[in-house]
Amino acid sequence: MELFRLTAHELHDKLRAGEITSVEITQSVLERINAVDSKIQAYVTVVEELALEQARIVDVHLRDGDPLPLLAGIPVSLKDLICTKGIPTTCSSRILQDFVPPYDATVAQKLNDQQIVMLGKLNMDEFAMGSSTENSAFMVTRNPWDLERIPGGSSGGAAAAIAADAAICALGSDTGGSIRQPAALCGIVGMKPTYGRVSRYGLVAFASSLDQIGPLTKDVTDCAWMLNAICGHDPMDSTSVNLPVPDFTQSLVQDIEDLRIGIPDEYFIEGMESDVERRVREAIAELEGLGAQVVRVSLPHSEYAVATYYIIAPAEASANLARYDGVRYGFRAEETTDLIDMYKKTRSKGFGSEVKRRIMLGTYALSSGFYDAYYLKAQKVRTLIKQDFDEAFEQVDVIVAPTSPTGAFKIGEKVDDPLQMYLSDILTIPANLAGLPGISIPCGLTLQNLPVGLQIVGKPFDEETVLRTAYTYEQNTDHHKQRPTLE
Amino acid sequence: MNSKYETVIGLEIHAELATESKLFCRCKVGFGAEANTQTCPICLGMPGVLPVLNERALEYTIRAALALNCEIPPYSKFDRKNYFYPDLPKGYQISQLHLPFSQNGYVEFDLERERKKVGITRVHLEEDAGKLVHTGVSNSSNMSYVDFNRSCIPLIEIVGEPDLRSPAEAIAYMRAVKEILEYVGVSHCNMEQGQLRADLNVSLRPRGSSEYGTRTEVKNMNSFRSILAALEYEVERQAQVLDSGGSVEQETLLFDEERGITMSMRNKEEAHDYRYFPEPDLVPFEIDATWVEQLRSDLPELPLQRRERLQREYGLSADDALALAATRQMADYYEACVSLSGQAKECANWVRGDLSALLNETGQTIELCRATPQHLADMLSLIQSGAISGKIAKTVLEKMFHTGRDAKSIVEAEGLTQISDEDQIAAIIDDVIDSHPGPADDVRNGRLKAIGFLVGQVMKATQGKANPRLVNELLRAKLLG
Ligand SMILES: [Zn+2]
Repeated sequence: MELFRLTAHELHDKLRAGEITSVEITQSVLERINAVDSKIQAYVTVVEELALEQARIVDVHLRDGDPLPLLAGIPVSLKDLICTKGIPTTCSSRILQDFVPPYDATVAQKLNDQQIVMLGKLNMDEFAMGSSTENSAFMVTRNPWDLERIPGGSSGGAAAAIAADAAICALGSDTGGSIRQPAALCGIVGMKPTYGRVSRYGLVAFASSLDQIGPLTKDVTDCAWMLNAICGHDPMDSTSVNLPVPDFTQSLVQDIEDLRIGIPDEYFIEGMESDVERRVREAIAELEGLGAQVVRVSLPHSEYAVATYYIIAPAEASANLARYDGVRYGFRAEETTDLIDMYKKTRSKGFGSEVKRRIMLGTYALSSGFYDAYYLKAQKVRTLIKQDFDEAFEQVDVIVAPTSPTGAFKIGEKVDDPLQMYLSDILTIPANLAGLPGISIPCGLTLQNLPVGLQIVGKPFDEETVLRTAYTYEQNTDHHKQRPTLE
Repeated sequence: MNSKYETVIGLEIHAELATESKLFCRCKVGFGAEANTQTCPICLGMPGVLPVLNERALEYTIRAALALNCEIPPYSKFDRKNYFYPDLPKGYQISQLHLPFSQNGYVEFDLERERKKVGITRVHLEEDAGKLVHTGVSNSSNMSYVDFNRSCIPLIEIVGEPDLRSPAEAIAYMRAVKEILEYVGVSHCNMEQGQLRADLNVSLRPRGSSEYGTRTEVKNMNSFRSILAALEYEVERQAQVLDSGGSVEQETLLFDEERGITMSMRNKEEAHDYRYFPEPDLVPFEIDATWVEQLRSDLPELPLQRRERLQREYGLSADDALALAATRQMADYYEACVSLSGQAKECANWVRGDLSALLNETGQTIELCRATPQHLADMLSLIQSGAISGKIAKTVLEKMFHTGRDAKSIVEAEGLTQISDEDQIAAIIDDVIDSHPGPADDVRNGRLKAIGFLVGQVMKATQGKANPRLVNELLRAKLLG
């Protein structure tokens, strides 16, 4: 049996039935990584020995009949901007190439508490800045559905690894769509919880008011399991919200009878690939057929979302990335003449061009004389975008739309055109600006055999309805079972 | 001092809060620890870490602000102040620009018997930076090291209005602020340890003008002596520039203590653009009005009020009140002495005089003084009952101060009890008259000045223990009939 092909909940059942061991699962996934990762290049770091050691410990507990958490013994991989004590955390940047955190991110700690098996760290756009994973300082991750194409980004390593069965579950981060967009382009499930639902402590910050950690999984059930493991208030993160966390597995029911689903006109934009629109419309019809009530809604300020995002995110990033100065850790340029020279050379050589572009954008937007026209204005538009959603959610329970306007594009196709690249996230950014939970689930393939993602966005802290909608759709379709052939 | 110009000074005072732990992490705060031992990923600015506000620091800020008569807005937030320097681990300082925890206050103080009132623009909370340590001789080694122990220690910045009109006034203002912060117990204000520092904004304008002149800012001063020197230098320098028809340049200055001059650090063109924006890692704060009122009602009596009350209640002079209320602990000590002894004036003399001298000599603080108010009150009652003389009491106080023993046991153990036995004193007087016939005759012949000499001889013979009043009486009786 090819264990690496299974989901976390399937593996759990077999583990608990005594049919398999955690070591067998871990070895199976490690072998899969060995077999396919040279093609897809998803992993920055694989911690084989640590993984097998952790698996052995879980197996001892299983043999002894000790009570274990749900995810115990299941391999999990993390996007390489989630700090892991003793394991390099590079953000796919030269400036942090050799950085080994002396602390765990809160989510890493929570996963350790679940006794998961840590497999390794996944490639990404440098500091999560990008939509194709081409901005990694180390390598370009390939889309398992077509190795000539990008996997999306910035959590491209995570999405590609899950799609290629080179990981069972993964955690990524979503600032403007960085979980949902690659999940869509790789044909898997990816969810961004409500801002404040998951602690950001130990998540290397890109844009603090937008970043949120979330799972990338093979199906909605695994997504709920992962959410149960990582959600909750953290006293180490002032922006994490002190609300009770529901048991998300309770949302894994097929029940969308009379659920009101909003379809925003503004999300079926010009330039959207016709195949993508077709698949999404079919999915909406499917949901309607399952009993949901489909309502047209309007989110009139959506057209300003990308512009707003590209002020706020770079502004925050320009400050968040100031700490990489060569003084205390990370890369420091050699042969420098004085302090300023050290700063300049370290940051010029340590950061890639997209990161530098955004630092400059953000620095400019915050500069004296420009602040009101850019940053302050953007914050006001952000409020309007939030209000759009508030109003829409008075009529509907969830909003359904495409995740990405296109399928996966060719490697190199947009690297020289940052504005084209930025538009990849046009349909995911609004949920970040409004702090809302959103999921992308597979809803079929284009004629080119590329996955299309269906995005479901919910009310603040209503991940449950999002999951219930996604689960109902998934259980009535087969899209999530489709996997690329890599051989 | 040039009289053509009016001096305009405003201070920005930074005070380290006396919290046990840092502002945004749980590291302990303590002076003199080995470099970088009081640090953690948060105050080192490692990737992915987040700040969490120390509630005690917020409480101290509000207390300080209330003591400085500030308004506390219901809503407040932090901002990031961006600049690069090796002692600033995140590349930005978490500070407050737009919505500080407090604003619109004032400080009142007396200078040369005149009541002054200086406006406080705002009191805001921010984190301190680390400290650079340069090693080696400048031409053999140019290594710099950073100690982050101080990084992220809570600081309040007290921004004063440009209401000060002379260096002396500025010093008095800063002393008043220091006293207030010490009174409310939010800062130790140890200037040598850098817990209290000031940036000085100085400008001149023609007398009678209502517009401000161009100002310079002298950064990071941490002693009253150098603040005074820097202000006086800068006022004189600007006057000379203006006198010679020049104009003052807006710049940031550093004061060279050794040479006693200010030097340019950066001019207007080089001024930093700090690119402030709201700190997204800390949610805005809603300040509970009930809590603020609680803190307000918990405030101790402040220096100015206390001085007024001391004068009113105990009939003290302004000078006595000024000295005795210099710190809350001193004033508490004094009032405890008075309530135990009932002798306000005597207590004032002893506390201001001998006790303060002893404290100064030994560098001790009144809180740790081994001579307690009870000891002092006991001593005063021994004087009052005539058991010891005022002169002996000085010795007794010194012994109480060093040993912590009470007055009575010292007097007994050292045999310091006053001799008030008339027969015993009369016998000694007879001896003294016998051995000093000249002065005795002087007295008999009406030259009474000589009595003092004879009293002194009796005291000498009794090692100061004879009751001086009795000695005087008996001498007069004997010689003048
Ligand atoms: Zn710390």
